[in-house]
Amino acid sequence: MKLHEHQAKGLLTRYGVPIPRGRVAYSVDEAGAFAAELGLPVVVKAQIHAGGRGKGGGVKLARTFADVDAHARSLLGARLVTHQTGPEGRIVRRLLIEEGLDLAGAREMYMAVLVDRAQGRPVLMASARGGVEIEEVAVSDPGAILRESVDPLAGLRPYQARRVALKLGLNGSLLAPAADFLLRAFSAFVALDAGLLEVNPWLLTAAGRFFALDAKVELDDNALARHQDLVELRDVSEESPLEVEAAKHDLNYIKLLGGNIGCMVNGAGLAMATMDIIKLAGGSPANFLDVGGGANADQIRHAFRILMADADVRAVLVNIFGGILRCDVLAEGVVAAARELNVQVPIVVRMKGTNEAQGQAILRASRLAFETADDMAEAARKAVAAAGGTR
Amino acid sequence: MSVLIDERTRVVVQGMGRHGAYHAVACREYGTQIVAGTTPGKGGTAVEGIPIFDSVEQAVRATGANASLIFVPPAAAADAILEAADAGLCVVVCITEGIPTLDMVRVKALLASRATRLIGPNCPGIIAPGVRCKIGIMPAAIHLPGPVGVVSRSGTLTYEAVAQLSALGLGQSTCVGIGGDPVAGTSHREALEMFEADEQTQAVVLIGEIGGTAEEEAAEFMRQHVRKPVVAFIAGQTAPAGRRMGHAGAIVAGGKGTAREKMAALSAAGATIVESPAAIGAEVARRIGRRAG
Repeated sequence: MKLHEHQAKGLLTRYGVPIPRGRVAYSVDEAGAFAAELGLPVVVKAQIHAGGRGKGGGVKLARTFADVDAHARSLLGARLVTHQTGPEGRIVRRLLIEEGLDLAGAREMYMAVLVDRAQGRPVLMASARGGVEIEEVAVSDPGAILRESVDPLAGLRPYQARRVALKLGLNGSLLAPAADFLLRAFSAFVALDAGLLEVNPWLLTAAGRFFALDAKVELDDNALARHQDLVELRDVSEESPLEVEAAKHDLNYIKLLGGNIGCMVNGAGLAMATMDIIKLAGGSPANFLDVGGGANADQIRHAFRILMADADVRAVLVNIFGGILRCDVLAEGVVAAARELNVQVPIVVRMKGTNEAQGQAILRASRLAFETADDMAEAARKAVAAAGGTR
Repeated sequence: MSVLIDERTRVVVQGMGRHGAYHAVACREYGTQIVAGTTPGKGGTAVEGIPIFDSVEQAVRATGANASLIFVPPAAAADAILEAADAGLCVVVCITEGIPTLDMVRVKALLASRATRLIGPNCPGIIAPGVRCKIGIMPAAIHLPGPVGVVSRSGTLTYEAVAQLSALGLGQSTCVGIGGDPVAGTSHREALEMFEADEQTQAVVLIGEIGGTAEEEAAEFMRQHVRKPVVAFIAGQTAPAGRRMGHAGAIVAGGKGTAREKMAALSAAGATIVESPAAIGAEVARRIGRRAG
């Protein structure tokens, strides 16, 4: 689950990670009031679930109250486009109004904690080159990124935090507070069951104080059950309505840009493989709907409804390998949905596995105009043709 | 021979709820020796003729179980894995989907000093058709005994590959579903190592997907240690960057973990790459034929 910057910072303060003072504003009036409370200058920061906000014009310095008013007016309700949002951008619904720290002589560094999949353990990453996209640093100067692997049973040890700080040149009186910052951030990562905790820039002011100037925290969805207090931080307005609807029925829906074939598949790997084979056949998937391992007829109906709500869909490809999910259950669900929704676009069904013959019989008996296919390649070719040919 | 499991494998099923009991029976019908089940608090009862114990330790003492199959819900699954390891089981297959990643990180660290081999979590399990032993939820009927080892992160995509192989008369030595989570007990590399050492296995199907570097590590191992033909497919060639494609692990992030990189690494290590998931079986037939000829 993604969080807004202001939420991430709020969580970090629980673990003693220093952040600039700030308040979250939902209106122009609130923005002005909070600026007055914090004192000028302030930074007005658009809160959306995407990076690249600075370059996209979503982070603005206000030296006067007129500036605060103008920035809040221009950002609230506007569509902010960054390199991570796609061309459609995201509507800004809230602003973080934050004290404007003195950046003269400050150092902008980078720190993050995540799980290193290859090692299966947490890793603390840090770099003296903060304030820029870390992916760019990783490509242009990989040596500039420090990695400290952490034993999950011992946690990040103070000497490890000091080792990282020293490599960043943070010695003398800076060593203890730098290590303290890293240790607190690491403990926040573990306590929150985060998937990613990133502070960029990790600011060191000329006065020798450390701050999380920007913060990004992603929570592990699988761990939310033991963090009921964090569940309410979810901002569904940042998520696609169909994806939210799918999740309600234990379905996984992902919208893809530029395609016209709706895909209903069971299992993430098979879903990706189905997308791949559609592309090989010269077509393009409009979405990806994974009904999971053991869907029932009701879930299949909801899945169809969600697929058909996508206006880009010109044909539907159902590719199911029945294991626990039986082909007869699938066929019943597909027939019921096609009738109930009066589906007008062509539907290509390819199903294999448990109760395959019964499933085929149900499709035939329905007298609906399903196209069937024996293997994935044939199914993809038929779906591409039904959607209007290769593009 | 198969890898990981054989006719001596005796399985305790952890989590004998509706789901667990259903699959325990399906495994038994296939031929697997399902000797016990555990549900804390239900010790002394029986489900479908399978004796239930309060703990894995008790089940092992009473039945000589040496492997386990876990259906315990996500919040308690990490504990179930550790309980199985503590009871000295050799092979632990965890089907459970949705275990918190940091739980698995701790489990992996705790298992490092033990001989227990964990398969999964979030996987379909293992099946060895030649010895009619399955510890998992895969549809048994699509499998045939034979010379092909299959290792995959995905469930249904593995079934797809197996069905293609069986349709061509190419049976399987063992199919190992390693699961779609970012932190798993067994990697592609480790499965390759087992297949390379297994006499029955003559060729390997490696099914990977976008995200992480497990396929690249398998390629690195392959280059130095694998003589058997490997046919590889990577799912997610057309997936957009930054989107998690269903599996918690399947995401192209920061320009890393793309299908292109994985296919290039495996190809450079000598694997035959199939771009179409419909061509896996035919390609194995071609490779084995060429080898035999």
